[in-house]
Amino acid sequence: MITILEQALKIHGGLRLDANKAQSLRTPLRQASIPERLFVPLSQHIGEAAEPLVEVGDSLLKGQPMARSLSYISAPVHAPTSGRIIDIGVYPVPHPSGLKADCIVIEADGEDQAAPSGLRMEDVFEADPADIRQRVRDAGIVGLGGAGFPTSVKLNPGPDREVELLVINAAECEPYISCDEALMCSRTQEVIDGIRIMRHALHARQVVIGIEDNMPNAISCLQNGLDEAGDTDIRVIAIATIYPAGGEKQLIYTLVGEEVPSQGLPIDLGIVCHNVGTAAAVGRALLQGEPLISRVVTVTGAGVRQPANLDVRIGTPIAELIAQCGGYTDKVARLLMGGPMMGASLPSDAMPVIKTTNCILAASQQEAPQALPAQPCIRCGKCAEVCPAGLLPQQLFWYAHAQDFDKVQDYKLFDCIECGCCAQVCPSHIPLVQYYRFAKTEIWNQEREREKADIARQRHEFRLERLEREKKELQARRAKAKKALDKPKAGSADSKKAEITAALERVKARKAEQSATARNTDNLTEEQQAKIAEIDKRRASDHNENRP
Amino acid sequence: MEFPTQSSPYLPLSNDLNRLMAQVMLALIPGALCLFWFFGWGVLFNLLITATTAVAAEAMVLKLRKRPVMATLSDGSAVVTGLLLGLALPPLAPWWIPVVGTLFAIVVAKQLYGGLGYNPFNPAMVGYVVLIISFPLQMTLWSPPRGIEAEFLPFLDTVRLVFTQALADGVTLDSVTMATPLDASKTELGLNLTWSEILSKPLYGSFAGHGWEWINMTFLIGGLWLWQRRAIDWHIPVGMLSALFIVSLLFYIADADSFGSPIFHLFSGATMLGAFFIATDPVSAATTPRGRLYFGAGIGILTYVIRGWGGYPDGVAFAVLLMNMAAPTIDYYTQPRVFGHRDPKDS
Repeated sequence: MITILEQALKIHGGLRLDANKAQSLRTPLRQASIPERLFVPLSQHIGEAAEPLVEVGDSLLKGQPMARSLSYISAPVHAPTSGRIIDIGVYPVPHPSGLKADCIVIEADGEDQAAPSGLRMEDVFEADPADIRQRVRDAGIVGLGGAGFPTSVKLNPGPDREVELLVINAAECEPYISCDEALMCSRTQEVIDGIRIMRHALHARQVVIGIEDNMPNAISCLQNGLDEAGDTDIRVIAIATIYPAGGEKQLIYTLVGEEVPSQGLPIDLGIVCHNVGTAAAVGRALLQGEPLISRVVTVTGAGVRQPANLDVRIGTPIAELIAQCGGYTDKVARLLMGGPMMGASLPSDAMPVIKTTNCILAASQQEAPQALPAQPCIRCGKCAEVCPAGLLPQQLFWYAHAQDFDKVQDYKLFDCIECGCCAQVCPSHIPLVQYYRFAKTEIWNQEREREKADIARQRHEFRLERLEREKKELQARRAKAKKALDKPKAGSADSKKAEITAALERVKARKAEQSATARNTDNLTEEQQAKIAEIDKRRASDHNENRP
Repeated sequence: MEFPTQSSPYLPLSNDLNRLMAQVMLALIPGALCLFWFFGWGVLFNLLITATTAVAAEAMVLKLRKRPVMATLSDGSAVVTGLLLGLALPPLAPWWIPVVGTLFAIVVAKQLYGGLGYNPFNPAMVGYVVLIISFPLQMTLWSPPRGIEAEFLPFLDTVRLVFTQALADGVTLDSVTMATPLDASKTELGLNLTWSEILSKPLYGSFAGHGWEWINMTFLIGGLWLWQRRAIDWHIPVGMLSALFIVSLLFYIADADSFGSPIFHLFSGATMLGAFFIATDPVSAATTPRGRLYFGAGIGILTYVIRGWGGYPDGVAFAVLLMNMAAPTIDYYTQPRVFGHRDPKDS
């Protein structure tokens, strides 16, 4: 039984970081203008990339599906505005790997004319959860907190699982990011509607919104909105502002005091957790019929002139977005997507905003300095003090460095959430998270190799078995043949003769039979007969060739 | 526009190894000044010789190992090792004592194992133990603390003694040196004196050895500052001091005539220097929080055992090295419970 605690707990470890959210909250949330060209990647989520439904030259209306999902863990992609497709090809995308990926390039026609989507549900609170899930899926909604996991999958707890509690993650614990705060303040109703739809779809008994206590505005907006709606079942709980309190497992712990088991999911505790932005997207899709074609993005940092929160169409190039915020300042030194703790460092601004782009941080040298050269680990243990997972990062580093992948797993590498707290406090400036990612990737590779080797070994064993069997069969056949050959020698001349006549009799009989059946082909056309003759000829020659 | 990329996190880092070492050096100042006040110029010579030898030895080995010399030296760890050893040496020891000790500490105990971060034993204590085993006589050359009715060697005489082992006419080595309280009390207990009789002698102060109680007090203050600056954490000092306190209290309660009081032990010899500056060397200590408590406690207990029944007057150096040996095992058995695991060992 899950009970929401009266007083939220504090996470293990963690860091108190300067919030730096005020810069982008000085101006209210506004609409970003639609650029001339939009680059919409086919993979903006966890899971398989979507498959294009359109071709170069097609004209599209806003919200029209452009690519469909082929597997369960995937999401479709929609046209962010009306226009014409000018290319489908490989373009730079904001992915930590730095690799390019398939994108659909749209030239906007400036009309921004919407297609009817059929996503709207009049009676959504009476609807079958399966219908709601299907529409959420059709709307292309994925987790907007950063991971991009398809939301419809997380709205499906499975047939024999009860959802005790729906946790709405509004913690927004990373510094600089304020898109959820802006959303909660300016589109409170959409957020609350979305949460209520999610609650209905999950049949969740209780709902709690977890939000960091440094957002009093957002807290009062939500509380007022809930009071107006008379919804007393959705609770807003302020949690201590400690990074990474917004990590899914951390947030659940602070709210209910229970730990999601290692390698497990919140549903193992009867809990489902969704990001507040995702809830708003669900509300927008099902009540207004708009698929996920835009999101709120924080553009901030000392490297941009007018930090702000903007509602941006998916596919808008980052350079365009920066230009709409007054352009870069002289101080800009680094471009990050996401927060300064877990975000990705982008090599260029010629990349589009995607569904998981919560923040574009144009950081100055002071805000995101160049990495200092690493010094030896002195095992001071500061990393262990701040690790929210209770790991010993210094030991993980030691074994990852030594490439001792068994030991590194003994020290629970896979419970690392890569929050970066350890690297942040390391006096030796060791890029610890990088080492953990390296070790994880190596272990995954090794596992894949092992699987491959297992299959290869199995096949090899089968082959050996088959060869052995064939050898035995051959031997058996030979023995039989030999026996057959030996037989006549042993028999008398009479019996030999008798056998020969018997064999001749059999051949005669068969020939007679064959000529009898041949009569069925009497009334054939010339062409057919020619074919038959040909076949017979070939058969005869085959027969001769195959003779030993 | 193009940008340089790197790995997360990106915020300016909050800690720095070089700053950490500088803090340790700063925190040593009150204790070193106090030691200087009571034992004179020899203390300063020791510190100068060990620090310069440490830097020279480290530079030499780094060059041989083809490692960046300046970048590594600037972390300050060699100087810290030198200073810690220098503070532990008798002030009238000949100049080559600090040289030999430091060379062994830096070259063998630290660099031959791979340098900073890879040494399983505390280098300063390895240097100290090498000296006390190899040169027991020279390692007893403590002068009488200032304030005791005895000759106090002036600057030039100290220079002469330390660098040429020569004394002024009519002065013998015995007349300028004196056993430390820990050493003397051991001898006196052997002569069947009771603790109250021993403590009434001029070598002892208000609650421990004369001078030593203040030296320990100043190292305690420096150590508390280090803890307050978060340069060290509390587990090792608390473990060591409380274990030493409890063990000495038990024996003191059982027989106050033959065993020193807990306060005497806490403020004698290298207790505070050991607890806050030596045992806390993170490289050679246990690294889990619980493990550090045990590690410190082990040092406290072993210190008491060696002081009481061992052949050497103080036991901190041996206790630290013995627990260094145990650190990997302690770490293995004291892994904290990881989030989402019921038991630290389940997988």
